[in-house]
Amino acid sequence: MKWKTSVLAIPLAAAFAVAGLGAPQAQEPKRGGVLKFVVPDEPPSFDGHRETTFALIHPIAPFYSVLIRPDPQDPDNPAKFQCDICTEMPTATDGGKTFTFKIRQGLKFHDGTPLTSADVLATFQRIIFPKEGISSARQAQLSMVESVTAPDADTIVFKLKHPSGAFIPALAAPFHFIYSKAKLDADPRWYEQNVMGSGPFVFDVREAGARITGKRYDNYHHKGQPYLDGFEAIFAKTQTLRVQAIRGDQAAAEFRGLPPKSRDDLVAALGKDITVQESDWNCLLITSPNHERKPFDDARVRRALTLAVDRWGGAEALSKIAIVKTVGGIVFPNHPLAATKDELQKMAGYWPDIKKSRAEARRLLKEAGQENLKFTLANRAVDQPYTIVGTWLIDQWKQIGVEVTQKAEATGPFYAQLRSGNFDVALDFNCQSVVNPLSDTSKFLGTKAGDQYGRYTNPKIEAIHDKMNQTADVAEQRKLMREFERIVLDEEAHNSISLWWYRIIPHRSYMKGWKVSSSHYINNQLDVVWIDK
Amino acid sequence: MGHGRQAVALDQTNITGIWTTMLRYVIKRLLLMIPTLFGAAVLIFLLMRTIPGDICYLRLAAGGGSVVQDVLNNCRRELGLDEPMLMQFWAFIKGLVTFDFGKSMWTNRPIVDEIALRFQLSLQVAIMATLTAILIAIPLGTLAAVKQNTWVDYFVRTFTIAGIAMPSFWLGILIILAILVTSKAWFGVPWMPPIRYVPIWQDPWYNLSMLIWPALATGYRYSAVATRMTRSALLEVLREDYVRTARAKGLYEKLVINRHALRNALLPVVTVVGIEFAFLMGGLVVTEQVFNLNGLGKLFVESVLNHDYAMTQFLVMMVVAIFAFTNFVVDICYAWLDPRIRYTR
Repeated sequence: MKWKTSVLAIPLAAAFAVAGLGAPQAQEPKRGGVLKFVVPDEPPSFDGHRETTFALIHPIAPFYSVLIRPDPQDPDNPAKFQCDICTEMPTATDGGKTFTFKIRQGLKFHDGTPLTSADVLATFQRIIFPKEGISSARQAQLSMVESVTAPDADTIVFKLKHPSGAFIPALAAPFHFIYSKAKLDADPRWYEQNVMGSGPFVFDVREAGARITGKRYDNYHHKGQPYLDGFEAIFAKTQTLRVQAIRGDQAAAEFRGLPPKSRDDLVAALGKDITVQESDWNCLLITSPNHERKPFDDARVRRALTLAVDRWGGAEALSKIAIVKTVGGIVFPNHPLAATKDELQKMAGYWPDIKKSRAEARRLLKEAGQENLKFTLANRAVDQPYTIVGTWLIDQWKQIGVEVTQKAEATGPFYAQLRSGNFDVALDFNCQSVVNPLSDTSKFLGTKAGDQYGRYTNPKIEAIHDKMNQTADVAEQRKLMREFERIVLDEEAHNSISLWWYRIIPHRSYMKGWKVSSSHYINNQLDVVWIDK
Repeated sequence: MGHGRQAVALDQTNITGIWTTMLRYVIKRLLLMIPTLFGAAVLIFLLMRTIPGDICYLRLAAGGGSVVQDVLNNCRRELGLDEPMLMQFWAFIKGLVTFDFGKSMWTNRPIVDEIALRFQLSLQVAIMATLTAILIAIPLGTLAAVKQNTWVDYFVRTFTIAGIAMPSFWLGILIILAILVTSKAWFGVPWMPPIRYVPIWQDPWYNLSMLIWPALATGYRYSAVATRMTRSALLEVLREDYVRTARAKGLYEKLVINRHALRNALLPVVTVVGIEFAFLMGGLVVTEQVFNLNGLGKLFVESVLNHDYAMTQFLVMMVVAIFAFTNFVVDICYAWLDPRIRYTR
């Protein structure tokens, strides 16, 4: 994983921006101040176990503790998770099937009641084995768990069905807020409308559609933290306004990600007062041909579509206007399980010679009797990066004589169309939190995945995926991942990937201690953030 | 109008008769609101259900990830979406009649709580924009009419045509950029109006520094319409016989304009102001986005996109009620000011 500062259009301003970074590590954090940031959406509820949106994480995560989390100072290190309310990261026992966590003593919820392993147990029972009527969005990601028990007040034990490399990253998901057992017993859905955790900040105010604020929790278990007196999450729907809010210092940051143009505008306007952090983003747009509709039931047609796309050439141009950048396969770029450039270039759609690739695409279409192929691309009516990438893909397909019309719709009608199967090819997305390729790739399992709209079933890839998830041997996982990737993206071309997203976070230089990560879902508890004004 | 005034003077001997006529007129207007509201209710109920999409799916899975069918079914059951359409409509109408507006399907919180703050904000912006429009429109419209075909008139016409042609949201963006650029040039630091609402009684300075800009942006367009209306109405009245008579009597020109001409010319202007005010309560969709105003217009769009039937239906009914009420007040004013209307009903 790489993250770097300031890839900037304006060199002089860039120099200032770079100068603003790197300093936080050297400085002693200061206490005080209220951090204001903008959030593009408001969450439907406050329940982290139920919701899937970043709009919940940004304003609500600071109120909660989690069992473990990515290291806030090194959030993308796949081998570096740290305890939040446990005392130390456990070593697996029982052949990699049992994980025993010791819980810190003396923890308290914001209402003053003690937090013990019983609360952790109730939390994970709700996430992994939800009762009827309770929605748990990440239940499937922890499906390897056989049981969770709390043998005493300070211990929580996870017993797995089989060893799994996906378990720890899945456990570290930022949505796994620790809830109070007493509250859950009284009303299992209490947390949908209320906030009461043990995190660095105490819930203060929610103004419908406007903002959520938090105040410092003085008894927070990470000594000396949080540094801020409070925070204010302001909901601001339009991107232009969010950018202007940072420029006019009505907000210090926006933690989702802004396009390159906004970054350049802010750097030009603010110089050293703005710092830019950038990272590859654990999100990707997936082209999903509808396998139940002709001619997309023919692998030759699907392969032709991916062969037409010049990913290596497109990356450079697109990254100047959209939040996409890196060419990658099925696994997050630069992860140990990801394909290397050499491995990628052997797959259809990644060949270094685009002319050869497109010639092959034309040949396949001719062979399939689809030389004059025309279809409609179903897309979300969201600029960044959906319609921009959609438009680029249409141009790529035009190069092999395929005529495509883009149908961009609001999220509701878009998903209604995908779920009913009434589409030719769709541009779907896969956004995950903690990089966890063994779990993240389940999106490509076809109908079995539940959120794959390509309408295909392939027992071969299901078997590979199961096997990959049941071995703790990384070399074996990697080998199986290549096979899985080859079938999904090349041999069957069930799906094709455009480019991985690229996260650009320009923030006020006085905001220190925060590090960009590969996901807009993680590293948002704000306990390590401070203000240097 | 002069004729109408004479009629009123003649009728003053029968005050009771006037009140009875007025009361009958008011009741009739109120009763006529019922079919209007019912028609709107039917329309919005059916229209919302023709939009493809599912609130449960959007709420539980559109952010990424999958959701099992049982959870979706449970969600639909809770929201009453598994009930027959007729039952859903009955529940909606019953809620309206009993003033039990229910909960937002998206947030599961009472609709009244969800709109409380937004209503305040929209109302304040509507009032401020209306005041801005009136303060600009009446003097400018009068000036343009009195100085017809002079450079003053040409200037006002250009100003108003620009106001009508320029979208408020675009003007809003220009205002924000201008503030950012000029504040940076003058003070070295870019300043931007606040982006979150604080009620005026809590912090008047903060409140006004946020809302004055959208009020100006929308008030300008609004004033352009009202200025043109004032100008044309006044030009018409200035040609009336009774104005000529007033001048012939030797009255000051100022008195002729203010007392005899302008008051009579304002009737159509009042109508425009009333309709625009009602529109501003729920129609400032884009301007609200530009200034991050957490108003009813923004909520309107979000609830439609989220397939929040309960919220959308309530908002539509509220806006229809505001329109109906504004029209009712305007009609009553008309009837009160112009006896010809009263007698012909």
